[in-house]
Amino acid sequence: MDVLTLSRLQFAATTMFHFIFVPLTLGLSILTAYMETRYVRTGDETYLKMTKFWGKLFLINFALGVVTGITQEFQFGMNWAEYSRYVGDIFGAPLAIEATVAFFLESVFIGVWIFGWNKVSKVTHAISIWLVAIATNLSALWILLANGWMQNPVGYVLRNGRAEMVDFMAVVTNPYGIIKFVHTVSSGYMVAAFFVMGISAWHLLRKNQVDFFVRSFRMGALFGLLGVVLVLLSGDFHAVEIAKTQPTKFAAMESVWETKRGVGMNLLILPDPKNECNAVEKICIPNLVSLLAFHDPNSEIKGLKDFPKEMRPPVQATFWSFRIMVGLGSFTALAVLAAVILSMMKSLEKRTLFLQIMLLSLPLPYLAAQLGWIVAEMGRQPWIVYGVLKTSEGVSKAVTSPQVIGSLVGFTLIYSLLGAIDIYLLAKYARKGPDDDLSGIIKPTTVKGA
Amino acid sequence: MELQITWFVLWGVLWAVYFMLDGFVFGTGMLHNILARTDGEKRVLINTIGPVWDGNEVWLITAGGATFAAFPTTYALMFSYLYTALLLLLFSLIVRGVSFEFRGKLEGEGWKKAWDVAIQVSNFLPALLFGVAFGNIFKGLPMDAAGYQGSFISLLNPYGLLTGVLFVLLFTVHGALWLSVKTVGDLSARAKGIADKTWPALLVVAVAFLAYTKFATKLFDNYLANPILFVVPVIAVAALAGIRVLSAKGATLAAFAASCVTVLSVVATGVVGLFPNLIPSSIDPAYSLTIFNSSSSPYTLKIMTIVAFIFVPIVIIYKIWVYRVFRAPVTEEDVLGNKQAY
Ligand code: HDD
Ligand code: HEM
Ligand code: HEM
Repeated sequence: MDVLTLSRLQFAATTMFHFIFVPLTLGLSILTAYMETRYVRTGDETYLKMTKFWGKLFLINFALGVVTGITQEFQFGMNWAEYSRYVGDIFGAPLAIEATVAFFLESVFIGVWIFGWNKVSKVTHAISIWLVAIATNLSALWILLANGWMQNPVGYVLRNGRAEMVDFMAVVTNPYGIIKFVHTVSSGYMVAAFFVMGISAWHLLRKNQVDFFVRSFRMGALFGLLGVVLVLLSGDFHAVEIAKTQPTKFAAMESVWETKRGVGMNLLILPDPKNECNAVEKICIPNLVSLLAFHDPNSEIKGLKDFPKEMRPPVQATFWSFRIMVGLGSFTALAVLAAVILSMMKSLEKRTLFLQIMLLSLPLPYLAAQLGWIVAEMGRQPWIVYGVLKTSEGVSKAVTSPQVIGSLVGFTLIYSLLGAIDIYLLAKYARKGPDDDLSGIIKPTTVKGA
Repeated sequence: MELQITWFVLWGVLWAVYFMLDGFVFGTGMLHNILARTDGEKRVLINTIGPVWDGNEVWLITAGGATFAAFPTTYALMFSYLYTALLLLLFSLIVRGVSFEFRGKLEGEGWKKAWDVAIQVSNFLPALLFGVAFGNIFKGLPMDAAGYQGSFISLLNPYGLLTGVLFVLLFTVHGALWLSVKTVGDLSARAKGIADKTWPALLVVAVAFLAYTKFATKLFDNYLANPILFVVPVIAVAALAGIRVLSAKGATLAAFAASCVTVLSVVATGVVGLFPNLIPSSIDPAYSLTIFNSSSSPYTLKIMTIVAFIFVPIVIIYKIWVYRVFRAPVTEEDVLGNKQAY
């Protein structure tokens, strides 16, 4: 394989691996902070136990989020040197800002939170986890503004053989980036909500610590409601933004081949890229695609045939990823609604079937999030920066195939090993349930020095 | 013009502070199995750096990000030219990051042993690799019109390796002094012992490094052109001597401060010598990457300057606060009675 293919494979694999851990961090940091705040406010020790239990799972997950993130920071230079040189004037800024504004805050206060239980006051301790939660979400903002710029480049001119920034505010207020931020962080809230509800369901099915897990479940359900509302709303706006800025991606998402006005949505559809048409089109809802695209039922949608073949993204992958993400979005929305209602009623622990469904649904938001990135990134191909730079022009010139094969093998080995250990530890501590021993927190051990 | 110089200075500062902070983590990790005799002692060592290591590592991420934002061409070429070395560095940092967190999460002997080895190796390798990488940057990389003419093996030249050894010894002393400050009793005394015993070796290698630098690099050109600059290496040498003097007096905290200054000024010595290059070409100076031919546009530099001057001071303030919160030495009772610790 050539350097380009290998580099793409490696970038996709390492980034998607990073994004296994990121969404849980985004959501669970907020939930944990909320639990600790309740504890500080009410003095109720159940909330403290909740903070400890979910916080421990948060930390195990966080460790892998951090170490896989370092890879990302280096990879642009290592594998995409031409890209980095070409767009660094714009793209480097959000990355550097992310580190200065978000990563410092997050990494410093996570230390205070883990080790500071009896070194700082209760309130300061709770503030620490809030700072962590704010910082992780802030880091998402900057990295997604960077990614948003690749999707919809704004605020630049081509000069001196590269893209140069001329309007920082345009980059920061890029609607594509902002919508991406809302959609992605709220997908993280859903991941965290289903994580908390799924694990709580597992314990409730076994009647372990019923009060503890009913309360956790309820918190998860409400947080999930927030997540799902934001995800669905922002998903809709996302599609509008894409229809405006990336016609090829939009056509591939909906598998539209011919340019037409008032395009309907077929519920059953099988794309056939070889023959440039759809093999099956059934159960059409008239004008729906046009309506979704421009919020106007008679708007014109550009078909893929209007673009030369080499300018089209991989249709099957984009189309199916999008369909399944939306399907999962609809299903999880229903599940969250049921969860909110049932967790408000009495004896949640007796609803076995529902709890089993919630347990099995734990991975679904994870899956939807991964598929979302496939839509976003594969759907952007062949561009690395839409309309400005091709992916094939972005790859490093000084790097050879054997080097990338070596790194790809290395990443695969290390990531699978660490990923397996991490999941094992998560499962172990999730099953163990909350710890009643609060030593080291409530009764301060001797604080020396000073 | 001025902005490029500002960013050169910031670039140097980021690297210097990174090495000062992560240096004692590397040192602590390298000494993990050498200094600690029992599981309790090992946990004490890990817990001395537990609250701060991630925050220290972020200086590296920021140095990387700042290179990307301010000198994108340097970021692109440096990272792709040094691909294999960086990859090894990445793998080490990945393993290091999880090893602190995972070691205490399961009981078994074998589990802990495995992570003990991981901690030692994953702190030693970055120390060495950073040294080798910076040695080669001081010396210059073989770059010409056709790009990069070197390979991973060509980085392992005598000057690169000597710089690697210098970094390893420097961080060993630095970490040992950190530990003697941050632990108590016998453990602290043994840590100081290691610092004292390693110091002469460090001195020898540092002298050899300075002498070899004269022949292998052009770093001294700037100094000869502007003799006032010699203060920087003079501070480095004075601080290095200060470590010995202060440690002999039993003032370990002051000795640690001296080793902080040593690390800062050693890095500064190299960076001052590089100016205005970021990476000199060892073949033809026309292909050197300088702060002028590899920088971002003045507009981007201006934005980044504003961001840096607002946020870096804030970061420094809360970092100082955190070091104060955790200033007390870590004892075995603290760690054993505390489920929250690593
Ligand atoms: C939507 C969110 C999001 C996305 C798309 C990315 N990240 Fe990430 N990243 C985070 C959200 C995040 C986070 C939630 O803030 C993490 C995860 C766990 C953590 O510790 O922070 C993190 C950690 C993390 C770290 C470690 C920080 C530390 O040491 O504390 C680095 C260097 C990066 N990321 C860099 C990147 C780069 C260069 C990306 C682009 C490909 C990227 N991340 C995609
Ligand atoms: C963390 C969530 C992300 C995931 C899961 C993800 C996933 C992917 C995938 C699957 C590809 C491969 C597309 C293809 O080659 O067909 C890709 C490409 C790419 N992505 Fe992302 N991405 C993420 C975030 C980002 C961000 C935040 C950026 C930039 C700031 C980015 C930059 C790139 C670049 C430069 C490529 C081109 C290389 C390539 O084609 O493989 N990605 N990504
Ligand atoms: C009806 C439901 C949904 C709609 C209409 C929708 C819409 C979209 C669209 C159009 C994209 C492509 C963005 C791009 O190309 O840049 C996208 C990406 C994405 N989606 Fe969804 N989505 C839905 C549900 C979900 C759910 C349930 C999740 C996860 C819990 C999710 C997670 C993501 C993620 C992580 C991305 C990639 C990041 C981004 O581009 O924003 N989506 N979504």
